[in-house]
Amino acid sequence: MMSPTDDTPSATGHILIDHLRVRFGSKAAAVEAVSDVSMEVKPGEFVSIIGPSGCGKSTLLNVVAGFVQPSEGTVSMDGKPTDKPSADRGMVFQQYSLFPWLTVRKNVEFGLKQKGLDANHREEAARTLLGLAGLLAFENHYPDQLSGGMKQRVGIVRALATSPQVLLMDEPFGALDAQTRVVMQQILTNMWQRFRISVLFITHDIDESIFLSDRVYVMTARPGMIKAEIPIPLPRPRTPDMALSPEYLQIKQQLRELITEESLKAMGGELKDSGLAGFDIEVGPKGVAELV
Amino acid sequence: MRPATSLNIVTDPAADAAEGPNLALAPKPGVLPKAILAPAQAAEVPARRVAAWLRSALPKLLMTTLSLGMFIAFWYFATKYKLDFYIRFNNIPSPGEVWENAAYLAQSDKFYNNMYVSLRRILIGFGIATVLGVALGLLIGQYRLARGLLFPLFETLRPIPAIAWVPMAIMLWPTNETSIVFITFLGSFFPILLNTIHGVNSVDPVLLRAARCLGTSEFGLLRQVVLPASLPHIFTGLAIGMGVAWVSLIAAEMISGQFGIGYFTWEAYSLIEYADIAIGMIVIGVLGLLCSGAIRILGNMLMPWMAGSQHGGQK
Repeated sequence: MMSPTDDTPSATGHILIDHLRVRFGSKAAAVEAVSDVSMEVKPGEFVSIIGPSGCGKSTLLNVVAGFVQPSEGTVSMDGKPTDKPSADRGMVFQQYSLFPWLTVRKNVEFGLKQKGLDANHREEAARTLLGLAGLLAFENHYPDQLSGGMKQRVGIVRALATSPQVLLMDEPFGALDAQTRVVMQQILTNMWQRFRISVLFITHDIDESIFLSDRVYVMTARPGMIKAEIPIPLPRPRTPDMALSPEYLQIKQQLRELITEESLKAMGGELKDSGLAGFDIEVGPKGVAELV
Repeated sequence: MRPATSLNIVTDPAADAAEGPNLALAPKPGVLPKAILAPAQAAEVPARRVAAWLRSALPKLLMTTLSLGMFIAFWYFATKYKLDFYIRFNNIPSPGEVWENAAYLAQSDKFYNNMYVSLRRILIGFGIATVLGVALGLLIGQYRLARGLLFPLFETLRPIPAIAWVPMAIMLWPTNETSIVFITFLGSFFPILLNTIHGVNSVDPVLLRAARCLGTSEFGLLRQVVLPASLPHIFTGLAIGMGVAWVSLIAAEMISGQFGIGYFTWEAYSLIEYADIAIGMIVIGVLGLLCSGAIRILGNMLMPWMAGSQHGGQK
């Protein structure tokens, strides 16, 4: 199977971020969350943004989603500015965001209902999508009856139901345990290849970004800037075994160095200067209490 | 410091052993969370279930009987020996007298009419309070303009008890009937309004954002997200509002009424039909209980997802 980017690429879902700055707060006390970021997601491409916590990567995604307005610069999809949320940019959140009062199937139908689709077509479309995600048996369950992994799968299916041009994902697997997370990554890859859709994926997990992406942007600590752009030339379909291949390990090493540097910066000046040397202090049997 | 590299975990054969406790989380279609399996298993052994239920419910049943029995016994002896120790039982009807009068009233159309009139007042007053309270609560909770214009007025009026409105209501409304309905409405309106506002304010913002990303219009957001998300709080308001509605209704009927179970109770005092006072009180209690039960049943019907965690995935 070939990567969809090599195949005839879908013409839509092209995200262009041009010299974006986002500041919060009033002039004097303004905090810059995103600082002069330029990047793009080509049609059908899977792009990840990775960076230390608080680096503004979620803010960046919220600008693309249309929840936050740029202070400077432009963000557009297929030439149109992304100034308000829209069903052509599907979003999957880190927290579970299913409507608890709707069954799994009604959750998936929600976006189609907003489009004015009649009940029969909605049901048919929702059942087809749930079938692809292996969730048809749970169509009449309420979200509270599902495991975390299932909830996120429904969240992805719900976002895909309106046929968006791009899927925006904000650390969607952050709350899942390690095994579930790996399965979810494979399911997401499968669905992405089937739907030929652009994906902008936020994560702080290096393995996740390598396994999923065509390209990875590394962001700096706040204010967030693009520190590096790393292509992931691993062939698709990707398998967990690839994690042991030399190319994979080399990319991982490279990303780890970039991130560690930024994480230390994010944790404060004293750590940046002396590394972790401060933890070498001799502590007697009474523990830290002795030192204070 | 990084969490264990997740890809390595899966290639590691030891992961199989670690998978056991995580079964419920693994997204395999065949594996159901425990809560979903429960009713199916229970259906296989109905007899044992009934026996278990009896064993657990029996002590409670006995204690309830004992508790009420003690009260009735005290009432019986206190009235029989005309107990007088600051509280006076001289004029209090005995349980037997009350029972006799109740048997007589059970044949009386007039008595049923009083019950009907009170229930109708509750339905109309509480019904209007529900519609207005929920609608205004949604608007005040969701829109700053509505909040700014309406909330100060409601905050000013809210501390005035509904019963304090009785003289004013009699002057305001053309008939006694409408003024009593108005008092009933006032009593239930504020709890419903405030709980609805509270419900709107506690809607998880991520649900609103998710709905916006799915192309929801502003009105659709209110109707399809804010309203259902607030329903649990709204029903808390309805339950409290129903209680206050009865308090207000009975007081209003006693002061200015013609007909109604509150009026019946007060009239019994004026006519020295002391046993009827107790009957009026008991009927008021039972009707109030039935109305609260109706609210609870309606709530369970409208919010099936709230019971979902216990009752499996059936519709």
